[in-house]
Amino acid sequence: MAELLITPLSYEFMQRGLLAALLVGILCSIVGCYVVLRSMAFLGDALAHAVLPGVAVAYLLHGNLLLGAIIAAIIVALGISMFSRQGTIREDTAIGILFSAALSLGIVLISSIRTYALDLSHILFGNVLGVSPLDLWMTAFLGLMVLITIIIFFRPFMVVSFDPVLAFTLRMPVGLLRTMMLVLLALTIVISMQTVGVGLVAAMLVTPGATAYLLTRRLSMMMIISALFGAISSLIGLYISYYANVASGAAVVLTSTLFFLVAYLFSPQRGALWDLMRTRRGK
Amino acid sequence: MKRVTARRKNQNLNPEKEPARLDIINASMGYRGQLVIENLSLQIAHGALVAVVGPNGAGKSTLFKALVGLLPLKSGSIFIHGQPLGNHMDCVAYIPQREEVDWRFPVTVRDVVQMGRFGRLGWVRRPSLKDHQIVLRSLEQMGIAHLAESSINDLSGGQQQRVFLARALAQEPHILLMDEPFTGVDALTQEITLALIDELHRQQVTVLVSTHDLNMAAQRFSQVVLLNHRLIAAGSPQEVFTQENIRQAFSGQVLLMENGAVVVDQCCPPDSPIYK
Repeated sequence: MAELLITPLSYEFMQRGLLAALLVGILCSIVGCYVVLRSMAFLGDALAHAVLPGVAVAYLLHGNLLLGAIIAAIIVALGISMFSRQGTIREDTAIGILFSAALSLGIVLISSIRTYALDLSHILFGNVLGVSPLDLWMTAFLGLMVLITIIIFFRPFMVVSFDPVLAFTLRMPVGLLRTMMLVLLALTIVISMQTVGVGLVAAMLVTPGATAYLLTRRLSMMMIISALFGAISSLIGLYISYYANVASGAAVVLTSTLFFLVAYLFSPQRGALWDLMRTRRGK
Repeated sequence: MKRVTARRKNQNLNPEKEPARLDIINASMGYRGQLVIENLSLQIAHGALVAVVGPNGAGKSTLFKALVGLLPLKSGSIFIHGQPLGNHMDCVAYIPQREEVDWRFPVTVRDVVQMGRFGRLGWVRRPSLKDHQIVLRSLEQMGIAHLAESSINDLSGGQQQRVFLARALAQEPHILLMDEPFTGVDALTQEITLALIDELHRQQVTVLVSTHDLNMAAQRFSQVVLLNHRLIAAGSPQEVFTQENIRQAFSGQVLLMENGAVVVDQCCPPDSPIYK
């Protein structure tokens, strides 16, 4: 058993992959708590797709793909926050417009690159085993920045998410804080893309957070539990991917979905199974 | 009482020299493209106990939201302690209608009440012993200390309201705004709310309460503000609750009986802006 776990670690690419998956699993799960609580799942998905044009442009210019993605995601995040802040259109509409525009732009650019199928499939589906040492450092650095920001701004972020009116009466810069949360989300998505791919980032953001939500009633605890589930799912998913030879991102997401289902059925207070038994007994 | 005075001095707001008060001058407020309140001028003395009444959609909530700076004024100005809005950290506490809060958010009762201290604590500083004591005292005063570690999701409507009252207490405000605190709560919560209002009144906190209960407004409040998109009347209950004023504010919803009784149906005119 122990051998099964250790053998893959003799490969350097697997070591890096595991580290990257752990980092991303933890980061996504923590940021994802806000996504779950503020019902921003759609936004997460939209931002993930919106990075495509950035990646394509970076590729065409032979620049750093990660950097291109970050710039694109931040531009879209700020755009959404600007459009919806003026109140002319609702936030979900703003997201819908910018998301499809950016995605289309990305497709136009990518389809003009002949060899895209090979090179950009990493962005679409993720390839954690192809993480280079530089990628790993960048992931670690950016991830740490995001986490430190969340710790420093834990209080204002909580108030803005829970009770924006109180945030106003406390004279917190509500607009700025919301934009910051969007930018943190954008950064997290970009960092995670390489591991799980554009299509699955939203799941990484939402699923561990939703699992933790079923198990606790405090935000700080929710983040810790969520991070734990994110990390464990990443590890298990990666080993499954190694041994069963399946796409790593999908394996990670499926593992974390399994955790969610278990929590959904058996959570001590909110479990669906207990509810069912209670109603049965009631009859 | 002592505590309140000391704090005021800290903020260079000496109630003896400069009467702390709320000054609304020619203010118009509303939402996108729609004015809800027009040209409201109103002075509220320091420590007043005011009931804000008027038909649904008359602009009671709108007024409160403008007072906390949540809704920018379309024109006119609002002064608190002689200074325009926005120059105060947290001297205005606002208790929203219960539907305005996401009750599924993972916070405990204690967490919510502690938020009342955030204005003083800033963004990172840990709560001091004094902060914890104030939180605990607020919880006790509202009779919910035993629920401190419960999730807000598990509370009854009345208990939820008391959590918000406790938070407002912990905030130690100069002005407290309560939007419909008597609607849809149990009798115990109503009593506790009224007792709290009286207690704050003794501490010279200015309290504004919006309510549909005209009887309560007449009996438990020293001043009444009658609104319907504009100021109809303000003053003591006797001055405000005249047949003429009530007819103006509630128009078709009023029935004047021959024996002098007034019947007011406050429910839900279909064109009221709160439904839009």
